[in-house]
Amino acid sequence: MASSTQNAPASMYRKDEGLGVWEHKGKVAAVGVGHSPADRRWDYRPETSVGAYAIIALRKAMEDAGVTPDQVDGLVMDPSTTTGASWPEGRPIPEEFAKAFKPGAGAVDGISMLSTEWILNNMPELTNIKYTQYGPGCMSNAICVGAQAVGDGLAKVCLVLKAWDNLEGRYGQGGANAEDTISGNAQWSNPWGPTGPYLWAYMFNQYTQKYGGSHDLMANFVVNSKRNGLLFPEGYWAQNRPDVLTKEDYLNSRWIVKPANLYDCDIPITVGAAYLFTTAERARDMKQKPVYILNHTQTQPKNRGIVQTLEECQESTDFTGRKLYEGAGIGPSDVTFENMYDGYTLFHQYFLEGLRFAGVKRGEALEFYEHGDLTIEGPNPVSPSGGNAGSGRTRFWMHSDSIQQIQGRAGARQIKKKAEIGISGGPMPTSGNFTVWSATPG
Amino acid sequence: MPKQSPVPDALSKPFWDACNEGRLIMQTCGICNRMQFPPEAACSQCKSKDHLMWREVSGRGKIYGYAVMHDCRIRVLQADQPFNLAIVELDEDPGIKMYSHLPGTPVDEVPVGASVRVEFEATPASGQKVYEWRVVK
Repeated sequence: MASSTQNAPASMYRKDEGLGVWEHKGKVAAVGVGHSPADRRWDYRPETSVGAYAIIALRKAMEDAGVTPDQVDGLVMDPSTTTGASWPEGRPIPEEFAKAFKPGAGAVDGISMLSTEWILNNMPELTNIKYTQYGPGCMSNAICVGAQAVGDGLAKVCLVLKAWDNLEGRYGQGGANAEDTISGNAQWSNPWGPTGPYLWAYMFNQYTQKYGGSHDLMANFVVNSKRNGLLFPEGYWAQNRPDVLTKEDYLNSRWIVKPANLYDCDIPITVGAAYLFTTAERARDMKQKPVYILNHTQTQPKNRGIVQTLEECQESTDFTGRKLYEGAGIGPSDVTFENMYDGYTLFHQYFLEGLRFAGVKRGEALEFYEHGDLTIEGPNPVSPSGGNAGSGRTRFWMHSDSIQQIQGRAGARQIKKKAEIGISGGPMPTSGNFTVWSATPG
Repeated sequence: MPKQSPVPDALSKPFWDACNEGRLIMQTCGICNRMQFPPEAACSQCKSKDHLMWREVSGRGKIYGYAVMHDCRIRVLQADQPFNLAIVELDEDPGIKMYSHLPGTPVDEVPVGASVRVEFEATPASGQKVYEWRVVK
């Protein structure tokens, strides 16, 4: 019962330097944005499943754009939805869920994965879908594939979807990590235990050793992100636990992997988001202002050994910055705001420096965090979405916010400066997908 | 510090067997004369599968970097939290990086750049020995 939809071919991603301006620059636009509610975990009710949340997000994106479902001809999505845990093998699917939805292309479809079949079987209103494609990984991947598909003429009105399920259990503490022996690739790492934030904690030490500064200088960035997150009504913290984070709270927080503390890590949640992409031409007649895509790029890791080095990370983010600017035909001074991933806050500075955002060069980010103005009111808004530190781990708030900022619809988060061009992407500084958004076709 | 026991597979067995014998060996491409770790099915540089061999190294290295693990996902390591988790680079080729708990080094007092020497430690579940690194006094 496999899905008939294929992963996007490698040719849909722009990976190299020297490709010139993107052939579809300014010809593809994002118009609609839709989000589901955000929950900490699935409570096993059909209406809060990852499938149900995906449907909510998709319907909202269409409604937001003023598009009727029969006008949509493309669907690009990430079939993977898990934040880490899997639905236990042999555990029956909740009866209420099975009654509420039609099956898709897998036993846990709609619960812990999503196929295009599941979406189309349960959204009968999407009567004219002619193009389906997976952009596996993150919303960042799906966006690149969706943009390229519309540019290439594979779809004219395309929904782009990413949804997450967060099942029970402490993150990453089950499965092989709970065993006494270890097989496969993890045999080279698990005996020593470098999980999750370790890479970025160790690299942060390399960074401060090279350039000076300390973990305390991260406080303004995290406090600013948490503040922006509380201004994102669809975010997890804004909806569920709207506590203001102070600098003192941050500095007194417990270590996860010193120098990464609790607030340097984003919280896994259950949630979905969808965007409506179309051609620049069609976008003119839709309900919201078009946000033109100037370029997209993919960067893949080039590390030699078991662990990435600071230098490898810096090379990767410089490479990403150069490619983004080349393909969009712009330079660092054209960028109004940056919305790069922050799902360990301790790596955000590599992106910022790689983009040369606000004139910040290598090794200067902590100084900028401490003495610069990062706020939405200031001249150089840093992570105006609040990112994933601010609203929970989805790896899509940055994209939603970039679209909404340029449309002037970011509400209380709206930056004071006129939002002309924004950059968003992730997840990792050493491997991710990135997009340049613009108020004009360029 | 008790660790998970690695389960050797076809690719890793020579490495883990050597650890049991108290030797540190590195997969090396005979064409590129380049080491790689962890071992792979082909040379990551020239992609050749036919010229990979194992080469014994001196077991000397330097501490490249570290962080201190306070909340680890690996169950058998949790009793020892917080613990040092360092990255050691080989003297023969600093591009080769290996993890270490730095036995004998107090928590969060890691001398980055210091010389270290390999030692081998039995893991409880299977007795398989794994490498560790100790600061040379």
